[in-house]
Amino acid sequence: MKLTSENLRLAVPVLSLLVLLAGVFYLQPRAMSYNGLNLLFNLAVPIALATVAQMLIMAVNDLDLSMGTFVSFVACVAATWLHDTPLLGILVLAASIAVYAVLGVVIYLRNLPSIVVTLGMSFVWAGFAVLLLPAPGGTAPEWARAVMISKPPLVPMAIIASVLIAVFAHLVIMRSSFGVLIRGVGGNERSVQRAGWSIILARAGAYALAAAFAVAAGIALVGLTTSADANIALRYTLLSIAGVILGGGEFTGGRISAVGAVIGALTLTLAGSFLSFLRISPDWQIGAQGAILIVVLGLRLLLNQLEKKGKRA
Amino acid sequence: MTAVLRKPWIWSFVAAILIWFATILFTGGASTQGLTQAALTFAAFSVLVGIGQMFVITLGPGNIDLSVPATMTLAGTVALKYMATENGLVLQGLMLAVVIGIAVGIANYALIKALRIPPIIATLSMSFIVQSSAIWTNRGLRIKPPEVLADFTVSKTAGIPNIALVALLISVAAWFLLHRTVYGRWIAAIGQSLPAARMAGIPVDGTRFVTYVLCAVLAAVCGYLLACFSGGAALNMGSEYLLMSIAVVVIGGTAVAGGDSNVPGIWGASLFMFLVVSMLNTYGFGAGFRLIMTGLIIIAVILLASGRQAASR
Repeated sequence: MKLTSENLRLAVPVLSLLVLLAGVFYLQPRAMSYNGLNLLFNLAVPIALATVAQMLIMAVNDLDLSMGTFVSFVACVAATWLHDTPLLGILVLAASIAVYAVLGVVIYLRNLPSIVVTLGMSFVWAGFAVLLLPAPGGTAPEWARAVMISKPPLVPMAIIASVLIAVFAHLVIMRSSFGVLIRGVGGNERSVQRAGWSIILARAGAYALAAAFAVAAGIALVGLTTSADANIALRYTLLSIAGVILGGGEFTGGRISAVGAVIGALTLTLAGSFLSFLRISPDWQIGAQGAILIVVLGLRLLLNQLEKKGKRA
Repeated sequence: MTAVLRKPWIWSFVAAILIWFATILFTGGASTQGLTQAALTFAAFSVLVGIGQMFVITLGPGNIDLSVPATMTLAGTVALKYMATENGLVLQGLMLAVVIGIAVGIANYALIKALRIPPIIATLSMSFIVQSSAIWTNRGLRIKPPEVLADFTVSKTAGIPNIALVALLISVAAWFLLHRTVYGRWIAAIGQSLPAARMAGIPVDGTRFVTYVLCAVLAAVCGYLLACFSGGAALNMGSEYLLMSIAVVVIGGTAVAGGDSNVPGIWGASLFMFLVVSMLNTYGFGAGFRLIMTGLIIIAVILLASGRQAASR
């Protein structure tokens, strides 16, 4: 494998994941099993999907502050309508994907700050979620439950799902012309436009695809938890942003990495388990997660400097 | 008249006054005074954090402080714990809150500068650590504020809540700082173009550093006052101010892309945000519907404001 800057970018997230994994195995050797791995990474699957969704929004230089409430909303729909009246559930989810596409276009046409529009939308999704499920409850659709608790031979479901998500997102973002287009919109909107592409279609596509991933995140989450509530995924907003950055993505310029984003999400999930294995007082768990984030980003800076030196040599 | 209409802050006030009338009409004028005073009090807290956030956002794209809620919580808990309901320690308590603010601000900027982490992630990681410290010092206890302070924060002078007067004083100071001092001009210049500001010999790092410290100090003071007002510090007391601090800045007419700030607009937007919620409460809507309406109204205001900008261009 050549030491290109793209590979180097991916090196930090991969290394930090491996170091954390080694730490967990050292502290708790029993985690080094089929069931152990599944438990460690189970909750990472919905987070990875939400992170890929956030990454698609960030690819076009926007930021989605409603990711957490949207995933919560989807979870509520999945646990109620999608379970009781599947057709209605599918229609509602399709409509919400359409809403995202419209948002992507409106933000561009009216030159609105995406942060504020999605902030407003976060209230809207939260409102619908509360209307659907005023108290925690509902039932996960059987097929979602079956997929999430399935036990494929040799490799745990959580690992297979993460790899599939990473490969699929990588193919879409890096290998398809649609992926090149939305990264181009993030890099230089005007030149993409002059080359004859429709910015409106590209942005609508990016937002719709992001919504589709977020819908998958909500359904996967319900599959794991079996029931939903309106606040189930609120922390996903910040987790997904942190995951993208941890995985080597940038806020602007269309510089994103699908594989990195999935690894970033896995790292964040693992950090939580690592800390509880370390028996750190629960008071400091959130703080230590912040510290891990800082350390990993510090490492990236170090590698970036090495990369620059390498170029000069 | 046209000169007034062109001011970017006028619309948030128009919206706030409209909503105020809509509420008063419904109650038949029964709660006019109570509503106005409640609006002034609660808006004052949003104004305090909003001003700090506005200074940071003015620095340009990507600049944002997500550690506001954690700083509020830590300053509130530590100050109240230190004062231990002693009336004589009020000033020392305030100083302690300010020192906490300064420390968080320094730490934030150290991460941004030394590790070159994007501000959104740097302040997010920092907020995890600050929140953990708050949990560790507080341990879920609710400590009462000194009586003098509790009285001061809930009483009025000449019919206006004291808290609103404090916020007004700080707003005037902020306006002066922004429009009549070199520092204010520097912030705007950096927000408009960082390279140009650097070429012009503006101490970019120093200015940004001071701004992040200022934002954290304002958040700390707000936390101190809020803890006294609500009869004790709680660990979740800052949570709603994260979105609030960003929303009031943007609705108030400050450019999200930076370089153009607006102090009066923050007042209009803060009053507006409080009045929307109380109007929907008065009309007797449920929680879910209230959230949806709040979100739609935020988006509508942003759409209207952007239409105005597009027309003037």
